[in-house]
Amino acid sequence: MNEREEILRVEGLCKRFALSRKQQKIERTRARYKVAVDDLTFSAYRGEIFGLLGPNGAGKTTTLRMLSTLIRPDSGDALLDGCSVVSQPEEVRGKIGFLTSELKLEDFFTPNYLFDFFSRLHGVDDETCATRKKAMFSRFGIDQFAEVKVANLSTGMKQKLSLVISLVHDPEIIIFDEPTNGLDVLTARTVTDYLQELRGQGKTIILSTHIFSLVERLCDRVGIIIDGRLVACGNLSEVCNGMNIEDRFFELYKEVKGGQE
Amino acid sequence: MKSNTLTIIKKEFARFFGDRQLLFTTVIMPGLLIYIIYSLMGSGIQNMVTEGADETVTLQVENMPPSLAPMFYSLGSSISVSDCAISDDDIAQLEDKDINAVLLRFPENFDRIVYAERSENSETPNVEIFFNSTNNASNRVSMVVSSMLNNYARPYTVSTLDQASNDSIGAMIWSKILPMLIIMMLFSGVMAIAPSSIAGEKERGTIATLLVTPMRRNELAIGKIISLSSIALLSGISSFVGIALSLPKMISIEGAEEAESMLGFHYTTSDYFVLLLIIFASVLIMASAVSLLSALAKDVKNAGTMVTPFMLVIMLAGLLPMFQTGASESLIIYLIPFYNSIEVMTAVFAHEMAWMPVIVTLVSNVVYTGIAVWGLTRMFNSEKVMFSA
Repeated sequence: MNEREEILRVEGLCKRFALSRKQQKIERTRARYKVAVDDLTFSAYRGEIFGLLGPNGAGKTTTLRMLSTLIRPDSGDALLDGCSVVSQPEEVRGKIGFLTSELKLEDFFTPNYLFDFFSRLHGVDDETCATRKKAMFSRFGIDQFAEVKVANLSTGMKQKLSLVISLVHDPEIIIFDEPTNGLDVLTARTVTDYLQELRGQGKTIILSTHIFSLVERLCDRVGIIIDGRLVACGNLSEVCNGMNIEDRFFELYKEVKGGQE
Repeated sequence: MKSNTLTIIKKEFARFFGDRQLLFTTVIMPGLLIYIIYSLMGSGIQNMVTEGADETVTLQVENMPPSLAPMFYSLGSSISVSDCAISDDDIAQLEDKDINAVLLRFPENFDRIVYAERSENSETPNVEIFFNSTNNASNRVSMVVSSMLNNYARPYTVSTLDQASNDSIGAMIWSKILPMLIIMMLFSGVMAIAPSSIAGEKERGTIATLLVTPMRRNELAIGKIISLSSIALLSGISSFVGIALSLPKMISIEGAEEAESMLGFHYTTSDYFVLLLIIFASVLIMASAVSLLSALAKDVKNAGTMVTPFMLVIMLAGLLPMFQTGASESLIIYLIPFYNSIEVMTAVFAHEMAWMPVIVTLVSNVVYTGIAVWGLTRMFNSEKVMFSA
């Protein structure tokens, strides 16, 4: 029972972006590239919530985008349930549910239509789709708005619908970029409760955040990422070293930045 | 107050001159396009005037008046003048647009009537010019002769009698007008939907939602191009029907019915079949090209700016048939995307359709669409293109 099943293995993941002249001016640098993720290595295990904690621009979103195959790593690889993000991107996309506030739904369509549409793209059969839709819509209170166009839904309902759509295929691994970003308190609570429910079902959740309380409340293990490098990784007690997560984070931040804040 | 105005002006200038694309489409492109359009029109008109100038035209004159004979014989070596009677068969033969001839019939004793015997009650003598307007050489010589006779200030009238059939005249007019109109209508259909479908998805963030599904990128590219082409085709067909119904009325001077009877619009089933194939192939390649540009654009507005120069080039290509007679015979021309469709349509409307150019056009357009699908797939795979906004 203590033997944990590794479902995600990230090995030496690197990503750098070319800087345009304009960006060089903004960043006040002459460097032609900016390293976003630098030799990232960590693992996540089945049935846990793994949090990537870091400030804005630390490389969290880039890492999650690489894990979801939206962008390709320059070097290194990540295996999700045995599939490589580099050589088997389509298989990886079939195994994950990816959600970020940048992912939007077409305003013109209804929740009903979108659920069916994305289920078809994920290869879910009609019967399973119907059963899953009924359960998910009921769980999030979308059923009464199933035939209302997305444009006419409230912001909270749109966010819940986005979450539901990202899970149409009942993925084993769920990747969430800043899951509570921009959500009202009620929707945020619904989402975090649901993440815990998913963990209870044996799903693995990889999330990124800069909110300490979210890490403390949700995550089984955490990786702290600063300037694209993983500076600490483990369960909360290992990482925190007897401190609270916020103090520990700033201690690590100062170490990395050499006293700068 | 004054300094605020200046600040606003400076900001607007900074916005405008800082956007190289906007600068190009607003300042550089109009001048460039006017130069290209007018140069093309000039060379087209020049071609029309000189086309057939080296071909020999027979000018058959009945009852040649001695007073005018020297003038006809001095028209040049490319006009072979013969003084003989004109039969009904001679006139009937002029219907064939390949015969380079003009027939000129003077009344008997023309000189005597005009110079000596005219009294107040006598009828004004009439000179008849028989020609075929769909034959360039015949048309050109008839104009020269008619203008000479009209400038010769004497009491007689000149009738120009075009022997071209209604079908030939209709075919000539349709072949010059319809290809451009069809291409423009199809392009408008593509423009109305393609930027919103691809650049719009990027702008709204919905493309990323599609890209995280297990669907292959080429499936997305093919799906987009086929759906956009089909919708644009419907839009194009609607516009085409509108044009077909309204054009006779638009051209008519004295009433639509007369115009309809004058401009024959008679095409065979195979003409319509080829037209449909070509329209479909054109829409495919237009949708592909606009999709590629839209995928590169940051948002719908940017896509519009990027597609505008391309649209103007297509418009220019559509204008070319107006300055040429019939379609090109060189098969290489049919490898040029967009222009090949215009040329085939010109040939179909001019009743000059040959299968080889049609096949070359169809095959090349399908190949270009395949290349575009490959390009679009690569763009969907490119994080730089997809997430540049």
